[in-house]
Amino acid sequence: MMNPATPTSTARSSAGSGRPAVRPPAGAERLLAGVGPQGAAVGLVEHLDRWGSVPTWRGTTFLDELDASGLRGHGGAWFPVGTKWRSVRKAGLRSPVVVANGAEGEPASGKDRVLVQQLPHLVLDGAVLAAATVGAGRVYVHVPSGAVPAVSRAIEERRRAGLDPCDIEVVVAPDRFLAGQETAAVATIIGRKPATPTFVGLKPIREQGVGGRPTLVQNVESLAHAALIGRFGAEWFRRVGTPQSPGTVLLTVTGRWAEPRIVEAPLGVPLGEILQLGLGDARSFQGVLLGGYGGGWVTPHDALAMPLTEEAAREYGSSLGAGVVALLPTNVCPLSEVSRVVTYLEGEGAGQCGPCVNGLAVLANAVGQLAYRPNALRGGVAAIPTLCGLVEGRGACRHPDGVARFVRTALRVYGDHAALHLQRGPCHTSAPPFLPIPATAPRQGAR
Amino acid sequence: MKRPRFTLVLDPIACDGHGVCAELLPECIRLDPWGFPIIESGEIPVELLDHAERAAVSCPRMALTLVKLTS
Repeated sequence: MMNPATPTSTARSSAGSGRPAVRPPAGAERLLAGVGPQGAAVGLVEHLDRWGSVPTWRGTTFLDELDASGLRGHGGAWFPVGTKWRSVRKAGLRSPVVVANGAEGEPASGKDRVLVQQLPHLVLDGAVLAAATVGAGRVYVHVPSGAVPAVSRAIEERRRAGLDPCDIEVVVAPDRFLAGQETAAVATIIGRKPATPTFVGLKPIREQGVGGRPTLVQNVESLAHAALIGRFGAEWFRRVGTPQSPGTVLLTVTGRWAEPRIVEAPLGVPLGEILQLGLGDARSFQGVLLGGYGGGWVTPHDALAMPLTEEAAREYGSSLGAGVVALLPTNVCPLSEVSRVVTYLEGEGAGQCGPCVNGLAVLANAVGQLAYRPNALRGGVAAIPTLCGLVEGRGACRHPDGVARFVRTALRVYGDHAALHLQRGPCHTSAPPFLPIPATAPRQGAR
Repeated sequence: MKRPRFTLVLDPIACDGHGVCAELLPECIRLDPWGFPIIESGEIPVELLDHAERAAVSCPRMALTLVKLTS
């Protein structure tokens, strides 16, 4: 039965404007259905023509709608969005703060950049709706420097149109792997230097974040989905996807086509279908990295057959994470790829927690030995999961856990290759490195 | 009335690996190869509560806290 508070899909947009009713997108392209030609940023007029404005939801009615929609966070954790907004709303007496998080430190991901640069108004709609829902008076948009012009223009357009009841401010996210981590985002916003993750202990950010206020840090894709749920309702949102993972997801697909592509796909569809590959194509690549550098590896066969959901990814010890899907080509050594990334991740650590500082250095060294000097690896391959166990769950943030997952799943998928290294020595390949690593990655300031 | 239950929470940023806690509460805390504490998760057994409290207050970095479990 329809919630009486649910606006019909055409309710507000047609009211009095004389414009034709806005239809919700019917297919698998929802967010990307609004992308302009040649990837130009969609301006406010064009945006409102396409989507209409977000109807006003009274009181907490939108929280019920969010819960009913089953939307989960697309920043990496896949936490129920309704639950998070609810906890921020009731967290304290002081008015909360909303952070639209588009920092996207994950080098293999590009979907958040597409959203904030090409569809800034959809993200801002979601952020403003979040602010209205949790009772926040201020929205921060946390994005890399490259996205600042597009976001600033969009904010100015809205200000001139008098669209939003709250202040919106852009904050530049540093070019670091950990920039998007929740407590690091808060550190950037309050101007703390270095803007590294902090230990939140017993008071999570949603209770005590920016300026001690309850703070909702929400990924920009999640906000864009919320902006469409705000217009078309939960029932529409659930028309694609699975009961547990409804809706669509933005993926950054690398290694399938000549250039990386941003693809929007319904959750629950077999990954092979999205990649336009059959099970017979499993030998055309060596494995799939799902989620990103904090995600995990899956064998080609498993990847092609698995439904695209966080639940399925976790069954393989992986995660959909930030939506990265990287197909490792057959001409590279998977262990040297893993080693390059682990070395990068070790350097991206904040240098704050003892187990992470010491453990990741030793882990990166061991993985490097397996890749390039297998004879030097003491204790064999089995030494590596033991090192993973020494860092897991022991940091102020989840960085060490992500690195451990990346390594553990790599050893599972490339175990035969590791055995070959130990028998015959390292691979000699002239293939260029595959997984992207930012060119300049100086170590973040330690304490 | 149910007696309150407690657990130990470590601030890994504040912790410098002095190792005092593992000396005072070896039943629940051991040290990793670099001297940083690995704390058994979950409730502290009631007979060890005094030792747990001593471990927490003895931390020179004030990185260890004895926290009441809510549920």
